Amino acid sequence: MNHLVMAPLLLPLFAAVVLLLSRLGISLGVRRGINFGAVVLELGAVIWLLLVVSGDGILVYQLGDWPAPYGISMVADRLSVWMLLITALLACAALFYAVQGTDRGSRHFHSLFQLQIFGLNGAFLTGDLFNLFVFFEVLLLASYGLLLHGGGPARVRAGLHFVVLNLVGSTLFLFAVGTLYGVLGTLNMADLAVKVSATAPEDLGIVRAAGLLLFTVFALKAALFPLYLWLPSAYASTSAPVAALFAIMTKVGAYAILRVETLIFGDDAGLVSHLIEPVLLPLALLTLGLAALGALSARGLRRQAAYLLILSIGTLLTAFALGTNEGIAAGLYYLAHSTFAGAALFLLADVIVRGRGGLEDRLDPGPAVPAAPLVGSLFFLLAVLISGLPPLSGFLGKWMLLRAALDSQFVVWIFVVVLTAGLCSLFALARSGSLLFYRASGGAAVVAAGDVASAAGAPAGVDWPRLWPVIGLVALCLALVAAAGPLTEFTAEIADALLTPERYIEAVLGDAKEVGA
Amino acid sequence: MEALLAIIIAGLVGAGVYLVLRAHTFPVVLGLTLLSYGVNLFLFATGRLTVGQPAVIDDLAAGYADPLPQALVLTAIVIAFGMTAFVIMLALKARKELGNDHVDGREDEDDRAEPRNETRDAGEAGV
Repeated sequence: MNHLVMAPLLLPLFAAVVLLLSRLGISLGVRRGINFGAVVLELGAVIWLLLVVSGDGILVYQLGDWPAPYGISMVADRLSVWMLLITALLACAALFYAVQGTDRGSRHFHSLFQLQIFGLNGAFLTGDLFNLFVFFEVLLLASYGLLLHGGGPARVRAGLHFVVLNLVGSTLFLFAVGTLYGVLGTLNMADLAVKVSATAPEDLGIVRAAGLLLFTVFALKAALFPLYLWLPSAYASTSAPVAALFAIMTKVGAYAILRVETLIFGDDAGLVSHLIEPVLLPLALLTLGLAALGALSARGLRRQAAYLLILSIGTLLTAFALGTNEGIAAGLYYLAHSTFAGAALFLLADVIVRGRGGLEDRLDPGPAVPAAPLVGSLFFLLAVLISGLPPLSGFLGKWMLLRAALDSQFVVWIFVVVLTAGLCSLFALARSGSLLFYRASGGAAVVAAGDVASAAGAPAGVDWPRLWPVIGLVALCLALVAAAGPLTEFTAEIADALLTPERYIEAVLGDAKEVGA
Repeated sequence: MEALLAIIIAGLVGAGVYLVLRAHTFPVVLGLTLLSYGVNLFLFATGRLTVGQPAVIDDLAAGYADPLPQALVLTAIVIAFGMTAFVIMLALKARKELGNDHVDGREDEDDRAEPRNETRDAGEAGV
């Protein structure tokens, strides 16, 4: 038993509980301090976990010491820890931005923030399908609160759609889980992987239906075509740090698809093996194409950022749909890049919005953004990152993806769609950039008449506190380039481990035998 | 008994789907509630239907009722209950903020029309 596995769960949970005590009059400064402390501790714990896991392979924690198929297992393998690390780094940046003023207004912002991280970490660590549902609910419930933070009609309307859709998704999830339990008699994912290969022929149809139902639910979370329509207005209308943190939320869906596809419906699943891949590839490519059109047609910068996030999901799932070692490794590298770059674009969009007075994020010519050279340079860097131009991490990710696609029978489709979508995102970002920074009229005449809110709040100079998290996220992307060699080796190791699930199964179920003996 | 349960689940889910697709928030909330009732019954049935069987080990028992789905249903009920409470509060807030109970607020999908001070971060108290 290695209790370290529980640290990324217990830290945010305890922090959230402590932060709930703000009813007793803990001041905002103390709440910020507690939240920061917790986020930094989580990052430390995840790095420690990463060091242990990259040596030992897979850590399993049986809750309450119940043997594996009967109790709930928490499993930290390389994939889980990779996702945890991305979450922890993203949370640091989002929180740093949030304490610049977003966290005022509602006293529960910090508590919800930690609960969101608790749900995310739990979803990445759990080895039990029903437990995955519970953690999805935790992260969704926290996300509802965060999405609506600050209020306003646009947020409430987008929030209502988001909540109702996700509640329907939860119902579907329960149907899928119930069906699998009814047929296979277990919910432990490792045990499911064993049992599914021995499915009786008359139960095949039911298992298929349940598997595809699960895929539908994960596709809704990942915002895959045609289930992405909720995302643009939800992400465009919420506050910037929340949108940045949500950049990882769609990746939870992608993670779940990858986990279920490789573990339960992998090569060894007998008659139901490779259930998801044939559906996944066309849907991922369609998502890519439509998101590119959405990014081109968006009239606001934040909506464009949301479409670019969907575009990254399409690219990511195209990589996962290849189902090969190289494809998954490329996807996992691209996942880290797209999360950081997407989040940075949301944060930078908010900085730009703050400088433009009543124009908000509308893509119309207007007054110059304050500190335009710096903000514009950051925007340019992000545009290069997101549209995948050399020499930055977006290019590396896409290059690895395309190289992996060479062996696929759909190589032409993948090349055409991925490259065209990349070109479209380049056009979209170039148009936004030139509108925002080149066609600006006059000096930094920020304050439009009657725009009291920005007159009080907008500083004249460079808004450093808000730019630091953006710079940090861009630096992370640059670090992805600098450390591309070791990192791609690591993601290749993850892909290897995913495609040979025997070790995972043995680690989860074999551990139980030891405990029982 | 199986047929009856199947018909009840189908009825609940069918009514739930119909109501969720309505255009006003109150029927949608009712529909979500009915959907959760349907799925709870479904989960309950995944342990197979038994009558008068013990769930814990008993030497004299001829068979057992599967206790796991009951635990799952309990969890699902608690979550659905919390979600229903949340969605009702959200529907009320939407009614207050948007001035009507239509799920789209009966406005064009144009966020630009929002006054700036209402969408700012440090606005009024949150949810």
